[in-house]
Amino acid sequence: MDGEELTEQETALYDRQIRVWGADAQRRLSKSHILVHGMKGTITEFCKNIVLAGVGSLTLVDDRAVTEEALSANFLMPPDENACSGKTLAELCRDSLNEFNPMVRVSVEKGDLASFGVEFFDKFDVVVISFCSLATKKLINERCRKLSKRVSFYTVDCRDCCGEIFVDLQKYNYAKKRQDGTTECELQYPSFQEAISVPWRSLPRKVSKLYLAMRVIERFEEDEGRKPGEICIEDLPAVLKLKKELCEAQSLNESHIPNALLERLVMGAREFPPVCAIIGGILGQEVIKAISGKGDPLKNFFFFDSVDGKGIIEDISDPRPKG
Amino acid sequence: MASLQHSQAIKGAKVLMVGAGGIGCELLKTLALSGFQDIHIIDMDTIEVSNLNRQFLFRQSHVGQSKAKVARDAVLRFRPHISITPYHANAKDSNFNVDFFKQFNVVLNGLDNLDARRHVNRLCLAAEVPLVESGTTGFLGQVTVQVKGKTECYECQPKPAPKTYPVCTITSTPSKFVHCIVWAKELLFAKLFGDKNQVNDLNVRSNDAFSSSENTNDVFEWRDDEDFEHYGRRIYDHVFGYNIELALSDEETWKKRNKPRPIYVRDVLPDQMTQQNGNVDITDDLSSASAMASLGLKNPQDIWCLMENTRVFLEALKLFFTNRKKEIGNLSFDKDDQLAVEFVTAAANIRAASFNIPSHSLFEAKGIAGNIVHAVATTNAIVAGLIVIEAIKVLKKDNDCYREKLMRMTYCLEHPSKKMLLMPVEPFEPNKSCFVCSSQTPLSLEINTHRSKLRDFVEKIVKAKLGMNSPLIMCGSALLYEVGDDLEEDMIANYTANLEKVLSELPSPVIGGKMLTVEDLQQEFTCNIYIKHREEFDEEKEPDGMVLSGWTQALPEKKDDKTSIGNGASTSKSLPTEPMDAQKDIEVKEISDGTASPGKKRKLPEFSEGCTLDQSNEADETRNDKKIQKLDDDDDDDDLVMLDHWGKDTSKKQRLQ
Repeated sequence: MDGEELTEQETALYDRQIRVWGADAQRRLSKSHILVHGMKGTITEFCKNIVLAGVGSLTLVDDRAVTEEALSANFLMPPDENACSGKTLAELCRDSLNEFNPMVRVSVEKGDLASFGVEFFDKFDVVVISFCSLATKKLINERCRKLSKRVSFYTVDCRDCCGEIFVDLQKYNYAKKRQDGTTECELQYPSFQEAISVPWRSLPRKVSKLYLAMRVIERFEEDEGRKPGEICIEDLPAVLKLKKELCEAQSLNESHIPNALLERLVMGAREFPPVCAIIGGILGQEVIKAISGKGDPLKNFFFFDSVDGKGIIEDISDPRPKG
Repeated sequence: MASLQHSQAIKGAKVLMVGAGGIGCELLKTLALSGFQDIHIIDMDTIEVSNLNRQFLFRQSHVGQSKAKVARDAVLRFRPHISITPYHANAKDSNFNVDFFKQFNVVLNGLDNLDARRHVNRLCLAAEVPLVESGTTGFLGQVTVQVKGKTECYECQPKPAPKTYPVCTITSTPSKFVHCIVWAKELLFAKLFGDKNQVNDLNVRSNDAFSSSENTNDVFEWRDDEDFEHYGRRIYDHVFGYNIELALSDEETWKKRNKPRPIYVRDVLPDQMTQQNGNVDITDDLSSASAMASLGLKNPQDIWCLMENTRVFLEALKLFFTNRKKEIGNLSFDKDDQLAVEFVTAAANIRAASFNIPSHSLFEAKGIAGNIVHAVATTNAIVAGLIVIEAIKVLKKDNDCYREKLMRMTYCLEHPSKKMLLMPVEPFEPNKSCFVCSSQTPLSLEINTHRSKLRDFVEKIVKAKLGMNSPLIMCGSALLYEVGDDLEEDMIANYTANLEKVLSELPSPVIGGKMLTVEDLQQEFTCNIYIKHREEFDEEKEPDGMVLSGWTQALPEKKDDKTSIGNGASTSKSLPTEPMDAQKDIEVKEISDGTASPGKKRKLPEFSEGCTLDQSNEADETRNDKKIQKLDDDDDDDDLVMLDHWGKDTSKKQRLQ
């Protein structure tokens, strides 16, 4: 790489992981800048992972005040709400994350994510957002795509004991390891808007039910003007009605979205800490891959449901540009 | 599901965690967040700098402190009202007995070595407490549930034997860098700095005509008034020059091999150049002595040229004699001993240069010599999440858990298989012939009862093979041997005397046809061993001079022609793991799925035919290197995949049924 060597301190601290991904990857990590939004359990896990891994800087956006719910799956904050008074979620998390690894700059950006202009995102290599409305996901994704440099974009959500990751690396080139050396590979990712616009009937036959269920919930919250996760069991009839409508519009048999799954998602707006750890771990690995250019990146959705225990990758791309 | 059904089971549960390292930190955090209120945690280790990249509960200021205690304090900061009981102790200590284990609803392992895993497995079986076992290496991981009588136990499948290399490969015909490392560490380093009474093959050569002279050993002695510089050069010329010349004279060896090149110090380093660095500061801080530092070499990732290796070799040797004279004679290689790593790296590289093997950096050499485990935070976090999910299911206690096969074994993969990065499979049924968890079928031991001493039996079978900690050995009703704190002195004397007797001459003679009962009181584990007398053993294939059967151990990867040398100091601490196990398993399960054996012991519903394994390519590329590093691990701060070679043994297993 471009010359700069790891310091003795870095080599000692990162010894075990350099043995996994190499010194080059470690150098790239230390020059990367990450933005996250939505300081709940899953993002907290993710932040821990990449701060430990030794990224260059991490910027947190979340102006919310501390609530009992926010504390439920978050190990970065003391449980005493009084001790947190006057500080935002992001500020409290920053203080803890700074201790994890003094070599990583952790800072807070105040304001509403949706109000940040395109140029704001230019400072980052990776943008990860969580607990955002459908409109915000699309908006931030489009802003990242408008930049001349490639900004990797991720959304992540955990509900009940389920989790979903979406990845947009735009046009991504990397060296794929093969039996006989490496070959240059290029992956073309769809935007979030493009991915979720893929007609349900043209999806892979056994597509994860979680993909469809999450779209129903996302749509419901958007239509009702709810904040992400602002949903409860009383909403179930309306959610089931929406599911029926969507399935009819997409000519998909309703059995592809089990009511029991929707019920779980509606009831479990609160995160389940083991799933946060799993999803935050997978997301951490993916971001490290994307920064270091090592390893096959995930394209473009990942789902985990602790009921069946499977962690599945789904490629949901617009079929048209193919071929 | 997340909240209501779980909460009762979680709040009322008392759980034991064994290990507060990479998996342990993540696990303790996730348990606390998930609502567990009574957690006990055992770990004998203290915190090291190389832990801090993933053991996130620890800070620089904690280095040297107890992992269990610091982890507890860190978690209480965000969950102050739960109870966490730390034990800064070895899980094998006698106070952690079956009664201790019985107080827990579930035991969660985050361990790094086979010995401790075996021990905890037995205690959980004896106490009838469910065990969630786990391990990680790099991006690979595994979590599995073990319940007595319902699933396999940790020892139902044999674990691979530690990797060893034939002596002649190490002493005469190295072809890989690891051979040079083993030579530098096990032979040269041991010869110069270790116990002088240890048998050492450093001067053994394939041609016997040259190894007869007695005085070759004296070469390695430092002569009282000898200048250390001179001594270093003499050793250098002997091992890299003279010994190679001798080896070359045996032309038979080199007919089909590339000839090595003798290297003499005068050709690499003219006299003046070493004199420049002749002044060594003798510091009080002995551990900080470093040849790299005094030579101005900074980056451990750099690959040194022959001249640099030569200077490091001479400098390190000199530093040992000037700064650490008292330790000489008692040293064994330690990956955390900077000077030892420098010496071994330089020596291995010089030898590699002789044999035209590519050089390696100190960083790489340290990894190979120290069997350092690859570890990242993310895999540990994922595995910890999976452990908690399994633990909660076990705690729900409705038998549905077993009937509906809700329990799972989950693999974390580096490359997706059937679109999965996290792949659940059904846990396997107990192995009916497992000597640990099944109703006891006796083992049988072929041994020369007129030649083997009781001590040999205790060391090679009871400790090394059966993994017992405090054994008690009986022949019929006669007590032959026992370990314990409360023994009478005359008993101790009696047992000590027995150790030195051959089996057939014991007070109650152990001869062919007798049955021995071996018991570990702490593990509450008993084995019966049927003795068969046998006169002769093949020194190469049966180096123990005894053969235990009914107890199956996987064969080492390579069968070689000579006795062997491992890459590590102790064989009892052997490591059951290599990173590709998960993948091997998968391959095999595909096969077993197809043949659908009647017992369906290894049914793997997730895998059907035609599943291609992307990961096998990369696995093959790196297999050799990685394998070495996985074996006989000395790194006690880590978190290994504890897997086994289930795959390999599927056929054997079916035969056993």
